[in-house]
Amino acid sequence: MGAQEKRVTSRGWRIANRKALSGLAVHLVLLGAAVTMILPLLWLVSSSLKEPGRQFIWPPQIIPNPVYFNNYVDLFALAPMGDYMVNSFKIAILSVIGTCLSSSLAAFAFARMRFPGKNILFAAVLGTMMLPGAVTVIPTFVIMRWLGWIDTHYPLIVPAYFGSAFNVFLLRQAYLGIPQDLVDAAKIDGAGFTRIYWQLFIPLGMPILATVAIFGFLGSWNDLFGPLIYLNTQEKMTVALGLTFLRARMGNYASGAGHFGAIMAGSLLGLLPSLLLYSIGQKYFIQGLARTGIKG
Amino acid sequence: MSVQHAGLSRLRRTEAWTAWVFVAPVVLGIGIFQLYPTLFSLYVSLTDWNLLTPPRWVGLSNYVDLFTVDRFFYQTLINTATYALGTVLPGLALGMFFAVLLNRNIRGQQIYRAIYFVPVVAPAVALAILWAWLYDPNFGLINSVLRIVGIHGPPWLGSTHWAMPAVIIEAIWAGLGFNIVIFLAGLQGISREYYEAAAIDGANAAQQFGSITLPLLSPVTFFLLVTGVIGAWQDFTITYVMTGGGPAGATQLIVLYLYTQAFRNQHMGVASALAYTVFVVIVALTVLNFALSRKWVFYEEAV
Repeated sequence: MGAQEKRVTSRGWRIANRKALSGLAVHLVLLGAAVTMILPLLWLVSSSLKEPGRQFIWPPQIIPNPVYFNNYVDLFALAPMGDYMVNSFKIAILSVIGTCLSSSLAAFAFARMRFPGKNILFAAVLGTMMLPGAVTVIPTFVIMRWLGWIDTHYPLIVPAYFGSAFNVFLLRQAYLGIPQDLVDAAKIDGAGFTRIYWQLFIPLGMPILATVAIFGFLGSWNDLFGPLIYLNTQEKMTVALGLTFLRARMGNYASGAGHFGAIMAGSLLGLLPSLLLYSIGQKYFIQGLARTGIKG
Repeated sequence: MSVQHAGLSRLRRTEAWTAWVFVAPVVLGIGIFQLYPTLFSLYVSLTDWNLLTPPRWVGLSNYVDLFTVDRFFYQTLINTATYALGTVLPGLALGMFFAVLLNRNIRGQQIYRAIYFVPVVAPAVALAILWAWLYDPNFGLINSVLRIVGIHGPPWLGSTHWAMPAVIIEAIWAGLGFNIVIFLAGLQGISREYYEAAAIDGANAAQQFGSITLPLLSPVTFFLLVTGVIGAWQDFTITYVMTGGGPAGATQLIVLYLYTQAFRNQHMGVASALAYTVFVVIVALTVLNFALSRKWVFYEEAV
C-alpha cells in the first residue's frame, strides 16, 4: 500500500467518523422530538388504564399496576358513548359522500367542460376559500333554525352536499392532468359527459379523491364548534362534543365525585378512529398536503 | 345555417346544460352558505337581535360599544394576537428546523415524519383534554417531570401569567407536524444541483442554508405563515376545552368570545360585530403579508 493511498484512507476515515457523529446527533434531536410528540399520547393510554385515584399518586406510575380496563366499562355507563361514536361515524361518512360527489362533479365541469359563466363561477369558488368561517356561522345557524334543524344532524351533514371550494380546487387541479386523448376516445365511443365523469375521471382521480375523503372525515370527526351550536340532546351528540360534557361532569377530581380514568378512556376512543384512518391512508394524506402546500 | 353547424351548436348547448347541472350544488352552496351569510352577518352586526324578537337597527353602536365600553374586547384582541404570533412564528421556525434535519436522507425519515404528524390528525378536543391533564399543577406529567429535576412547576392553566404560554405550547405541539410535512415537500422540490454547485464554490452548510434553502423555501414559508395566521385567529376548541377562556379572561380568544356572545348571551348583533372584526383583521393581515412578501418571498420562476 502506497503512502499516498494510506493518507487518503485515513482522511476518508476521519470524514466518515465526523459524518457518523453528526448523523448520530441528528438522530438524537429527531428522536427527542418524536418522544415529545408521542409521550403525551402514551400518557393518555396509561392514565386510561389506571385504577380510579391511581392517576394521582407520587411518583407517577408509567405502566399502570394493576392494569384497569374497567374505566372503559364505566365510560359507557357514565355517558352514551356508544351513541356518540355511532353519531360521529354517521355524520362523518355521510358528509364525506356528499363532499366527494358534489366537489368532484363541479371540479370535472370546471376542468373539462365548456359553458358560459365558467370563469366567473370558478373565481367565485376560489374567492370563498378566503372567507373566514367566523363570518358565516351566525347566519348559517339562523338558516338551520329556520329550517327547524336545531338538535338534528342535518346541519352537520347537508352543507357537505353543496361541496367545498377547497376540494373543488384540489380535484380540478388533478382532473386537468388527465390526458385529453382519453376523453376524446370515450367521446368517439359515444360516451356523454356523465359517463366520462363517472367511468373515467372518478377512477383516474381516485388518489386525490381519497385525500379529499380523508380530510373530510377527519374534519367532521374532529369538529367541535358545529356539534356544539347545533346539538342539545346527549343521545344525538358526537364524540367530540360528548367528551366535553363528560369532562365537565366528571373531571373534578378534587371533589371526589369525578371519574378521571373514564375521561381518559373516552379521549382515547375519540382519538382512535382518526389515528386508524391516518395510518391506513397516510400515503394519500401526505401527498394531498404536499400538493396544497406547493400549489399554495 | 348548415345542418352540421346546427348539430354542433346543439352539442354545445347540451354540454353547457350538463355543466350547469354539475356545478349547481357548489354554486348554490356558495350562495346559501357563503355569500348570503357574509352579507347577512354584516346586517346583523348593525342590529340588536336576540333571535326571538325581530332585529332592531342600531347602526354602528355594536362596534362603538366594542371599542369603547366592552371590558373584554381589547384583552381578547391582545390575547388572540399573542396567541397567533406565539404559535405561528415558533411553529414555522421549528417546522423548518426539523424538516431540514429530516431532508438529509436520514434513515427512518418516513417514520419520524409519520410520528410528528400524529397530533395533526387527532381531534382537538381529545388533545386539549389530554394537555389540561398534563398541565395539572399537582399530578400532571409536566410538573412531575419538573419536580424530578428540582423545579417547582407553575400552576399553568390556573395562573393568569402561565395559562397563555401553556395554551401556546400545546398549539405549537399540535400543529408542528403539519409545518414539517409542508416544509419537507418544499425542500424535496429544491434541486440538488444548487447545493452541489455551492459546495464546489466552497460554501459551508450555513451559507448553503442562507443562500439556497431559505430563499427557495420562502414561498412555502409564506403559505404557512398566511394560513397559520388565518387559522390561529379562528381557533376555538383549544381554549374552550382547556381553560374556558380563563383564568380571568387570560386565554379568551376572539372566536370563543363570539361564541359566548352569540350562543350563551343571545347577543347576535355584538357577536356579528366580533365576526366582522375577525374578518377585517384577517383580510388586513393577509393583504399586509402579501405586500411584505414582495420583499422576502423568492419565486424561482421569476429569475
